[in-house]
Amino acid sequence: MIFKGKAWIYEDNIDTDVIIPARYLNTTDPKELASHCMEDLDPDFSTKVEAGDIIVAGNNFGCGSSREHAPLAIKSAGISCVVASSFARIFYRNSINIGLPILECKDCNKKIKTGDILEIDTDKGIISNITSGEIFEARPFPEFIKGIINAGGLMNYAKEVDEKCRQ
Amino acid sequence: MGMTITQKILAKHSGKDFVEPGELVMAEVDLALANDITGPVAIEEFKKAGGHKVFDREKIALIPDHFAPNKDIKSAELCKTLREFAKAQQIKHYYEVGRMGIEHAFLPEQGIVLPGDLVIGADSHTCTYGALGAFSTGVGSTDLAFAMMTGKCWFKVPETIKFIYHGKPNPWVTGKDLILHTIGDIGVDGALYKAMEFTGDTITHLNIDERLTMSNMAIEAGGKNGIMEPDEITLEYVKNRAKKPYEVFRSDPDAAYSDIIDYDVKKIQPKIALPHLPENVVDVEAVDNIAIDQVVIGSCTNGRLEDMRLAAKVLKGHKVHPYLRLIIIPATQQVYQDMIKEGITEIFVDAGAVVSTPTCGPCLGGYMGILAKGERAVATTNRNFVGRMGHPESEVYLSNPAVAAASAVKGRIAHPKEVVCCDI
Repeated sequence: MIFKGKAWIYEDNIDTDVIIPARYLNTTDPKELASHCMEDLDPDFSTKVEAGDIIVAGNNFGCGSSREHAPLAIKSAGISCVVASSFARIFYRNSINIGLPILECKDCNKKIKTGDILEIDTDKGIISNITSGEIFEARPFPEFIKGIINAGGLMNYAKEVDEKCRQ
Repeated sequence: MGMTITQKILAKHSGKDFVEPGELVMAEVDLALANDITGPVAIEEFKKAGGHKVFDREKIALIPDHFAPNKDIKSAELCKTLREFAKAQQIKHYYEVGRMGIEHAFLPEQGIVLPGDLVIGADSHTCTYGALGAFSTGVGSTDLAFAMMTGKCWFKVPETIKFIYHGKPNPWVTGKDLILHTIGDIGVDGALYKAMEFTGDTITHLNIDERLTMSNMAIEAGGKNGIMEPDEITLEYVKNRAKKPYEVFRSDPDAAYSDIIDYDVKKIQPKIALPHLPENVVDVEAVDNIAIDQVVIGSCTNGRLEDMRLAAKVLKGHKVHPYLRLIIIPATQQVYQDMIKEGITEIFVDAGAVVSTPTCGPCLGGYMGILAKGERAVATTNRNFVGRMGHPESEVYLSNPAVAAASAVKGRIAHPKEVVCCDI
């Protein structure tokens, strides 16, 4: 898939408490979660983010809690893809499971500026900075994870297993 | 080539004789856990995917602990979703307010998680049970929904970092200080995607509560799990609690490790993690005069009986600083009762502390002790991220229960020896 949007640059260790503070976890409504996304770090984010925009961050993005509300808030805010030097393990799983494309690309956040227009080809793992002309290569998904994505996410995969069991 | 304890448990649960790091396996889970925040999302996914019946009503635990007793109407709705699902599916391990505890203190205490188990939980601190020699790790709600339907979860077999702790801990140094020291050393992503295996003669000196604290915070170094081989202390602990058979696994002498890190525990003194990352670890004695507004002693990290005993040892005969709130939250009903029996609750109340029913509450900035703008707290909890306990401009300092108690008396970050004349 190909995504195009403007970049939002963040540092290392963006934790899930910053992505969606726990005080808002008394709801599961993605739209409500999105309205508070990143607010303790970047109060402008939820009002200025546009559909298709891309988060580009440093190491250990999504560290902290297992709340799936974090990738849900990001996805529902309109972010099409998250690129980071590395992801925290649970956030990585959760993003794949809910269908938020994420790519690992070392130090991208140091070479791209907030507002740059990016085009990302997730199949090839190519990140093009339209604004600067630079091209970056991301690590593509392992085959196993591609399988889950092709099934349309983990629960669609579960549906298939469930149906097979009941046959 | 041998296997680590982590590899062995993953191999056993995926029906294989051998698994190697990097290998992807579909494994059977012994227990799948969710709480009042993550459970409703998992239940929604379960229903959306056409789920009718959970794979095994005895292998699922649903525990309302984060915003329970219900903090507001929305939280009440979440708890209700959990309760109704548990009722409809006849979930064996559903525990209502008044009988529950903070999940990661409650499940080991009740013998529901055991050595050799493979446990997943929609809560990042599920890694706690590694202290009993189980493989346990946090997942999201969708993974949990999948496990509730199929009894399975996929894993990439992790590489393991072996940590060897040498020597007897100094006075006032606990499992909390050892894990804070470790996180301070390797950083919040130092064990990213990896298993952390805690070994060495120091571990044999630690009681189970301290071991659970260490495994609990493996996630704070990015670890997938934080595991220890069961020993006599472990087996003594599980002997009269185990609700089912269990199996003891140990790492092979020729198991492969991605790294081996040694610590001379005699050099470790009580630690504190400064805002806003658990890796900002310094000696308590190296901290200048930092005034504190609130102290929280509790959580899945340090809300067990040994933690309360330690805090009581410091607080006995002392008063909480006049302008400071000391909030003490036993992690389970059992801890609550034991505190009463041992006279610990009286010590706390006499000192001027408030003692709450079990809840995660303030640890994640839910309720029961939210910080105002500019306020500072010392907490025995696990995270000190921006806004973790309240206002984005508040601060959280992480410590062991003795340091927290001493800080409550002094009104500033303090070493326990400043309050108690003799070292323990």
